[in-house]
Amino acid sequence: MSVLVNKDTKIITQGMTGKTGSFHTRACREYGSKMVAGVGPGKAGQNFEGIPLYNTVEDAKQATGATVSVIYVPPPFAADAIMEAVDADLDFVVCITEGIPVLDMLRVKSFMEGRRTRLLGPNCPGIITPGECKIGIMPGHIHKPGRVGVVSRSGTLTYEAVFQLTELGIGQSTCIGIGGDPLNGTNFIDCLSLFKDDPKTDAIVMIGEIGGSAEEEAADWIKAHLKKPVVGFIGGATAPPGRRMGHAGAIISGGSGTAEAKYEALQKAGVTISRSPAEIGKHLKELL
Amino acid sequence: MNLHEYQSKQLMSRYGLPLLKGRLCYTPGEAEAAYDSLGTPVVVVKAQVHAGGRGKAGGVKLAKSAEEARQVAEKILGMTLVTPQTGAQGKLVRKVYAEAGCNIGKEFYLSLLVDRARRCIAIIASTEGGMEIEKVAHDTPDKILKVFVDPRTGLQSFQSMQLLQKLGLELSKSTAFYELLSRLYLMFMENDLALIEINPLVLTKEGSFVILDAKCAVDDNALFRRPHLRELMDYDEQDPKDLRASKAGLSYVALDGNIGCMVNGAGLAMATMDIIKMFGGNPANFLDVGGGASKETVTEAFKILLSDDQVKGILVNIFGGIMKCDVIASGVVEAARELGVKVPLVVRLQGTNVDLGKKILAESGLKIIPADTMDDAARKVVNAVGA
Repeated sequence: MSVLVNKDTKIITQGMTGKTGSFHTRACREYGSKMVAGVGPGKAGQNFEGIPLYNTVEDAKQATGATVSVIYVPPPFAADAIMEAVDADLDFVVCITEGIPVLDMLRVKSFMEGRRTRLLGPNCPGIITPGECKIGIMPGHIHKPGRVGVVSRSGTLTYEAVFQLTELGIGQSTCIGIGGDPLNGTNFIDCLSLFKDDPKTDAIVMIGEIGGSAEEEAADWIKAHLKKPVVGFIGGATAPPGRRMGHAGAIISGGSGTAEAKYEALQKAGVTISRSPAEIGKHLKELL
Repeated sequence: MNLHEYQSKQLMSRYGLPLLKGRLCYTPGEAEAAYDSLGTPVVVVKAQVHAGGRGKAGGVKLAKSAEEARQVAEKILGMTLVTPQTGAQGKLVRKVYAEAGCNIGKEFYLSLLVDRARRCIAIIASTEGGMEIEKVAHDTPDKILKVFVDPRTGLQSFQSMQLLQKLGLELSKSTAFYELLSRLYLMFMENDLALIEINPLVLTKEGSFVILDAKCAVDDNALFRRPHLRELMDYDEQDPKDLRASKAGLSYVALDGNIGCMVNGAGLAMATMDIIKMFGGNPANFLDVGGGASKETVTEAFKILLSDDQVKGILVNIFGGIMKCDVIASGVVEAARELGVKVPLVVRLQGTNVDLGKKILAESGLKIIPADTMDDAARKVVNAVGA
């Protein structure tokens, strides 16, 4: 088993005919993902390398029975694309797009309230259940089916961690990139909770970075709920105090958000800390 | 993107917010003329730079005559203002804002920003106007007052009333205060702002509100639909390397070490800095070439790295996802040829098209030190630099 996506997941691409969308739709299909439809206004009746295009997400869903969408549309139109997918009542929407205005994301979050669709991202690499289904921009070949769940705020740093695991012969159940935006959908705790309930996930790698308090909140949750072993890494331990985004922002964060504070919170929750980004795999291996 | 005080106030005036008369001046002569046109006995001359703490650093001065206005402007214009927010190198003052005076009764702090965790617009206020607000938050957190505006409903009058009461303002001010807050809120939403900060907001002895100092920041991601704000970008205020980087779509932060880094992805870029430090080296920068970098972007990134004299070695760490390793490799080779890289260059590639990328590097005939893992790469570059 795995979480959120598997070999039967049918996927719609929103923004499939753009450069990024077409490249990654092709790569995901080659990996074995069921890329069943694309959406582009005015493109109904056409196809992209055999994948049929529809005008709306609603049409694509009705025609193909897809339950998941992945979004590559440019930032000015991405919020609208997310809301369209939510309105079509899909199970799961993965938004890869980076650079969505924050007020647009506020609208998206309001729109999603009371609806059942789960959002991953934006500004994330996507999700992969190795050997079954890849949705997003991660290089598929570095993954290996197995029993370690990976959740991360970073894109490329996740690939780094996964690569280390695979090199050590440790496969992954599902790898989830929750994205680098502070205003996002699925968070650390959502993923940890999914991994907790997944009988095929034995251990978890969690990769955070400086800023915000998501890692501290996850640490509290781990302490209270999670028995499975977790390895944690926080990027940015040597980053200088951030560029100021204004006084008031500093008030809200209240001086929190340093790597040290996050490491400490994770350590208190019983998480095994990897201070080197090159030893995440090694630390996990020691726990198995 | 930050706006200057005078730009913030121009925007505020469009929303009918209570401001004093002011003039932007580039020369002492203009300041002298401004004094006469402003018509108050005291005029305040303020340096226009993107940094707080201007007053303490000598960037804000009073003038009681036209002659004095000219003199203080002469002092401020051309000075390098060093405040806790500018860093040691300070900021050159190129223009001043001369503003009419007022009879200050009480001073308050007021700001609006997006509270991402609560998914709303936070309005923050304090009776400790004119103070450094982080210090107030740290020393007396109970003096920081907040209300949270749900973007679906907008500002409600009870929220204005809550702040009014906690700030100790008289009930007779409730209409004016609500008007002030709702106009600020409208301005925030209609311009995709990330921050409005008013410090201080003044209640004059005559009993009216006046915005004395103000600054705004715009959500960079929304500039595409706010051309009137994009035009306000002050290129003089930006570090030339930062500017070059942002024009090329790169994210760059200068640091004080000697190992230049070029990485894709913010997380991996930070982790690369972390591991360089672990091996005893010091990163010269944070540089994220982003997801969709082209050969040209990579070349530009290299130029920025090499323009820093501190750089004694370069570490390229790329994990290909969107970014294909062969594109990076071609960019590295092209840039190294064009620029004649004289410092040790360590390149670590992984991910999409990695074999093709490695082949391009190996066949280039350039002296590139290949590395397989992050450990390996960090060790090699630190050794090569001899830190």
